Amino acid sequence: MAEKSPAKAAGGQKKARGKKRQKQVIPVAEEEEPVNMESMGHPEIYPLVLTTKTQEIFNCRIDEDVTEEQCYKLIKKEDILEDFRNRAAVSDFYPVKKLVREYPGDEILLVYDKDFKYGLNFYIIGTEEGKENYLNPPEAQEEQEEAKEAVSEDMYTYKPPVSKPWVSLGSEKEIEEESVKQSTKQVTYMISRKRSKFGAPILFSDRNASSVRDSYIECTSYPDKNFTLTQLEQDVGTQVIPEIKGVSTQTKWAFPKNASTQYYPREFSEKEKGKLAQSKELADFLNSVSTSVEIALQQNEIMNTFVDDWKGLAEEEGTFGDKSDTHLKEYQSFTDLHSPMEKMITCIAWHPTIYGLIIVSVAVRLSYEERVHFSGKLLLQPSLILFWSFADPIHPQLMLESPDDIFCFAFCPSDPNIIAGGCINGQIVLWDITAHADRIENIKAGGGRSKKATLKPMFLLEPESNKEAMYIRHCAVSSIESGHKKVITDIHWLSDTFEINRMGSVFENRNGICCQLVTCSADCTICFWDIRPQKTAITQPTEKKKEETIEIPFDVPPTFLHLDLSWKPLSKIRLSKGETSLDHCPTKLSLNEEHVIFKTQDKMLGQDKAVKSTETNPYHDLEAGMSNILKPIDDFCTKFFVGTEEGEVIYTDWKMERDPETGRFVSKKPVNLYTVHDGAIHTVQRSPFYKDIVLTIGGWNVAIWKEDVMTGPLLQTCCAPKRYTSGHWSLTRPGVFYIGREDGYIDIWDLLEKTHEPAQSQNICITMITYIKPWTYSPKQQFIAIADYYGTLHILEIPWTLSHPSLNELSSVHYYFEREVKHLEYVQQRRIIRDQEKKEMERELERKKAKVYIKTKEQMEAELRMEYENYLELEKSVLYSLGLGKVSEKTSYMDVL
Amino acid sequence: EVEETLKRIQSHKGVIGTMVVNAEGIPIRTTLDNSTTVQYAGLLHQLTMKAKSTVRDIDPQNDLTFLRIRSKKHEIMVAPDKEYLLIVIQNPCE
Repeated sequence: MAEKSPAKAAGGQKKARGKKRQKQVIPVAEEEEPVNMESMGHPEIYPLVLTTKTQEIFNCRIDEDVTEEQCYKLIKKEDILEDFRNRAAVSDFYPVKKLVREYPGDEILLVYDKDFKYGLNFYIIGTEEGKENYLNPPEAQEEQEEAKEAVSEDMYTYKPPVSKPWVSLGSEKEIEEESVKQSTKQVTYMISRKRSKFGAPILFSDRNASSVRDSYIECTSYPDKNFTLTQLEQDVGTQVIPEIKGVSTQTKWAFPKNASTQYYPREFSEKEKGKLAQSKELADFLNSVSTSVEIALQQNEIMNTFVDDWKGLAEEEGTFGDKSDTHLKEYQSFTDLHSPMEKMITCIAWHPTIYGLIIVSVAVRLSYEERVHFSGKLLLQPSLILFWSFADPIHPQLMLESPDDIFCFAFCPSDPNIIAGGCINGQIVLWDITAHADRIENIKAGGGRSKKATLKPMFLLEPESNKEAMYIRHCAVSSIESGHKKVITDIHWLSDTFEINRMGSVFENRNGICCQLVTCSADCTICFWDIRPQKTAITQPTEKKKEETIEIPFDVPPTFLHLDLSWKPLSKIRLSKGETSLDHCPTKLSLNEEHVIFKTQDKMLGQDKAVKSTETNPYHDLEAGMSNILKPIDDFCTKFFVGTEEGEVIYTDWKMERDPETGRFVSKKPVNLYTVHDGAIHTVQRSPFYKDIVLTIGGWNVAIWKEDVMTGPLLQTCCAPKRYTSGHWSLTRPGVFYIGREDGYIDIWDLLEKTHEPAQSQNICITMITYIKPWTYSPKQQFIAIADYYGTLHILEIPWTLSHPSLNELSSVHYYFEREVKHLEYVQQRRIIRDQEKKEMERELERKKAKVYIKTKEQMEAELRMEYENYLELEKSVLYSLGLGKVSEKTSYMDVL
Repeated sequence: EVEETLKRIQSHKGVIGTMVVNAEGIPIRTTLDNSTTVQYAGLLHQLTMKAKSTVRDIDPQNDLTFLRIRSKKHEIMVAPDKEYLLIVIQNPCE
């Protein structure tokens, strides 16, 4: 114990710890390297792992040399040291190397730790003493441990320990130093509380931490000098600039004045010019220069050196938008939501001058019997022409009302405020919307429109019109008795370059405005009308009175008052089918729109236009033009195309001729009649590019005609699966036209692409398309208006590919038509040749028959002769064979011999 | 004879107009109307002077013999001389 006490102080800390776990009070010794079991109270025990190899070397194999009973082995120190030398760090005794070296004795005790009491399978006793303890008095230890349990051990005489007086060795001082005592007197508090408050429900409340001082402690940040960085280096750039000074002064502002000079070029007078012209220098100059000039001119004539051939091969210059996009794009659609009955759109027109204004005429969707049946109801409905604008898709801008449903209408080309329409009852209706022109010119979307558009009764118009949709009454209607008797199917304004008189002869038009109309109707007549007041008006006084009693509302302009209800056609042409009483029933017209230009007329037009620009509108002053003596225009083509309800295309003349028998004026017989279509023709239209190409669409097929070619159509398509119900040429591409079908599809035909079927087909709506009208606003924007049977107007945008012609399209289509004409001629010729051939063949056949007849007689004689000769020979041969007959001279005498 | 030459030049294919201008740019003979002639004469005279001086500046021994201006629509040919200028306008495209 004594020698271990100096180590106490150093190991004091560990001792305290060791106290808790110690079994025996064995003082601690500090060890350095090897791990020993001091924590378990046995500082001399060093646990070791011995591998099998090491076990073999030292003969301490488990279960062979060392067993449970004999669990220790004494190993010589030299053996271990040798092992170190042999195996160095691999040796299992390496951890206890130091111990082994310092070991005082010769033999080290190695104990097999079967139960892993100290953690590993072997352990070494590090000290001699320990060894002795282990080997020798483990009995004493055991005795001490089991002392309490084994009471009845008679081997030992139990001597109770004799208490010796305690000798102080100075350890109590250390203990006192180390022991922890209370330095201060402990304060005891006794806190009591009422028992009832224990377990009572607790109410929590909030308390603001900042309200009470010191209830929280802040760690505010402060700039700590230890952590501030002082910038010792800075990167700065410098630049040298010149010294500048900004100085300003104020000057007097002078008024800018426009100054101009007028000059005129110096010119020679006529005399001087003449003198110079005669001079010799000029002659010399010209002689010297003319050769080179002529060479240059000829160079240009021979070949254009600057032509880019590659560019000529290319198709398009630059396209906007997608080239591959060939579909019509939906832009807008309009439906009249206020009409109680179901309507269909019968005719469309785009306003000629105002952008975005489309005018449609609507009619009730009833058949004739139904119309009769509902006639009472129909009377109360206003029949309308609606003005739609792009800006407002719900409310029509203007509504023109007419006595009955309009089936076709047209804008006057010279004045877009005058509209003429043809009614279902055979009347022509005229409107003048000059007073409302400003309304439709400036159209804004929505704005001051009230949501409820109340339907006003037809004949009452308040002069103070509010911003709701305006109903505009017609200006004039034609006379019921002397006009058409049935529905008017087509109406056109005649060109303003000519006018016709009652005989149909053509005169030049001095007015400069369109003043004549042509209409065709289902009562098989074509009528020409003039809107100027007729001089020879056969008005009876009674009729006049009747007219005066009819109240005319305030708003109606008096433009056509002279025509109202008394308007008679200028001339009527009846399309009769010859002797039979049946007549052709025309559905559409196409007139030859020749613009006959005379130089004198240009001046007249100029004057008229000047007049127009002043206040008076020539239409308001129609009487002025009547008194001119008109000059007839010769060689004007008075023929035109008519399409009928039976599908025939008639080419006829409007000039009347004198019937020799009766002496009356009778309309001429049609020049040509073609039955090409299977159904009623609904489109007869001239191409906008070629004045003599006409497109007719009807029934199930399409035909294209050239005016001078009488043999037949240039192109006649095969029957389509669906009926064609409307059509129109394209306005910008010469070879393209649009056809609407009865199932709501649009067929787009391109003559340069395919002529046997449409190039494209697109679905627009679910029902029959009743009218198609394309219109161009700009090269980039082209629209097509399509009306369907249910009364919806669709506006679609035509893509670039369909609206822009390729470079040579005009000439290509022209060539195509020329080829077709030649083809027709060729066919015609072939037909003639065929006929001739046929005749010849027939003649030959006849001749053949005759020849055969003669031949048989001769043949028979020849045959008889032949037979006779054969018989003679036979006779000869028989006789010869019998030896009776004469020997023929053929056989030689030699043979006989 | 002067007339003949001018007529011959005028009758070439595509020729729009011919004119003879003096050294100061005043037209002497022309086939176009007055205003156009005066405009062409004034402008082309200046241009020809400029072209001539350019050629002389580059090489003093050189001189301008012919000037052709080709534009999109037509070609203008100018034949200069000491005292006069012959201007022909031709449309070369067939």
